[in-house]
Amino acid sequence: METMEKNGYINSSNGARTGTYTVKAGLAQMLKGGVIMDVVTPEQARIAEEAGACAVMALERVPADIRKEGGVSRMSDPQVIRAIKEAVTIPVMAKARIGHFVEAQILEALGIDYIDESEVLTPADENNHIDKHNFTVPFVCGCRNLGEALRRIAEGAAMIRTKGEAGTGNVVEAVRHARSVLGEVRRISTMSADERYAYARDIQAPVELVNETATLGRLPVVNFAAGGVATPADAALMMQLGLDGVFVGSGIFKSGAPAKRAHAIVQAVTHFNDAEVLAEVSEDLGEPMVGINLDTLSEPEKMAHRGW
Amino acid sequence: MRRADQLGKLDGLIIPGGESTTMGLVAERWGLVNPLRRWVSQGRPVWGTCAGLILLADRATGQKRDGQPLLGGLNVSVDRNFFGSQRDSFEAELEVAGWDAPSPAVFIRAPAVIETGPDVEVLAEWTDPDGNAVQVAVRQSHILGTAFHPELSGDLRWHRLFLNMVEAGAATQVNRSGP
Repeated sequence: METMEKNGYINSSNGARTGTYTVKAGLAQMLKGGVIMDVVTPEQARIAEEAGACAVMALERVPADIRKEGGVSRMSDPQVIRAIKEAVTIPVMAKARIGHFVEAQILEALGIDYIDESEVLTPADENNHIDKHNFTVPFVCGCRNLGEALRRIAEGAAMIRTKGEAGTGNVVEAVRHARSVLGEVRRISTMSADERYAYARDIQAPVELVNETATLGRLPVVNFAAGGVATPADAALMMQLGLDGVFVGSGIFKSGAPAKRAHAIVQAVTHFNDAEVLAEVSEDLGEPMVGINLDTLSEPEKMAHRGW
Repeated sequence: MRRADQLGKLDGLIIPGGESTTMGLVAERWGLVNPLRRWVSQGRPVWGTCAGLILLADRATGQKRDGQPLLGGLNVSVDRNFFGSQRDSFEAELEVAGWDAPSPAVFIRAPAVIETGPDVEVLAEWTDPDGNAVQVAVRQSHILGTAFHPELSGDLRWHRLFLNMVEAGAATQVNRSGP
């Protein structure tokens, strides 16, 4: 018998507490230094697992196809998610629309390991994100700056990623967002307590989280790169900038030799500081995904603006 | 520790949590599997938590389809994902053999030891709501295995236990090289 508590659930027979924030943020800790790959079929999930992915993101369409095909993009068919879950033993993540707490409830019922409340899908609420404290399953959310990251953590996100610009194969926006978050963390670490009140107000984030971040000298949760990573060098770049791991979306299965590229990106994230290893794994990977230059995308076409 | 040549500088080795398939594949790719096996078989101190426990086990069930490389050395059978998906991850207070106060433990998609060899000492068990007991902390001479994450709960008694093992191991090493 489980009863709901303020922080998760407690089992009356053995005292086990599930869905606590420690447990939610703890899984993200275990993914650190790893690569999470977008997959649309069980076969792709197996390729990702064999390449050494630390988790997969189960999707109906990768962001590059969502971008190309247009229309409203929603949570994937549970059948697709179940099939992918059955194919692998590593954690499986799935995406819900921003603010769509019922899609999140469905994903939780499917036994998904992590939910990405994602700007890649069409938002369901233009004011509110999901109240993530209400769930046993942990959430990862995207951000462009420190204020956005801390707002998501206040709502219960147990992991953060940069938004970047998904489905473009262009790492420039992920770099922009990583530099912004990490630079702001460095700045608040040198601020006095009174300056942090004003700063918290300016970036619209709770002052408690601003103070916690300043004391830690980093975000209080694991922080991954996402949105436009296409090569082993891109992945190592994000690691050297100071992120904890990498999501690769369209970059792998929209390239010429997915298995080889997936493998190479995993090795690049493990050995991100070793240029000789990076040179070795970058060799002969075939065609990368074509990629989009961001100055050819109009502002409404950019997904990173979704989320508030 | 990312390369085999770094092993020589160590007195003890901790194989932490993470994805055991990922860790196994990366170790294989960079030729770490045999040096690590040698480390364990030479009696050097090693502690595996969660995924690390799986890698140290002689036998593991619930592996990915083509299996995964294990280091072995610890005479136990491990069920790789005994406790289920992330929804079933939990925190609990564990009774540990010989300790006064229970140990706070964090289990994340955790494995469990379902069978132990005669030379394996069970340090802690966990009973599920149906009353089934499994082993979650074990020791076999220089090898320590925990299914949970002392690095997340901050119970330093586990770290102290391992440091004592490392000190004892270093003493034996000195004796071995002595006259």
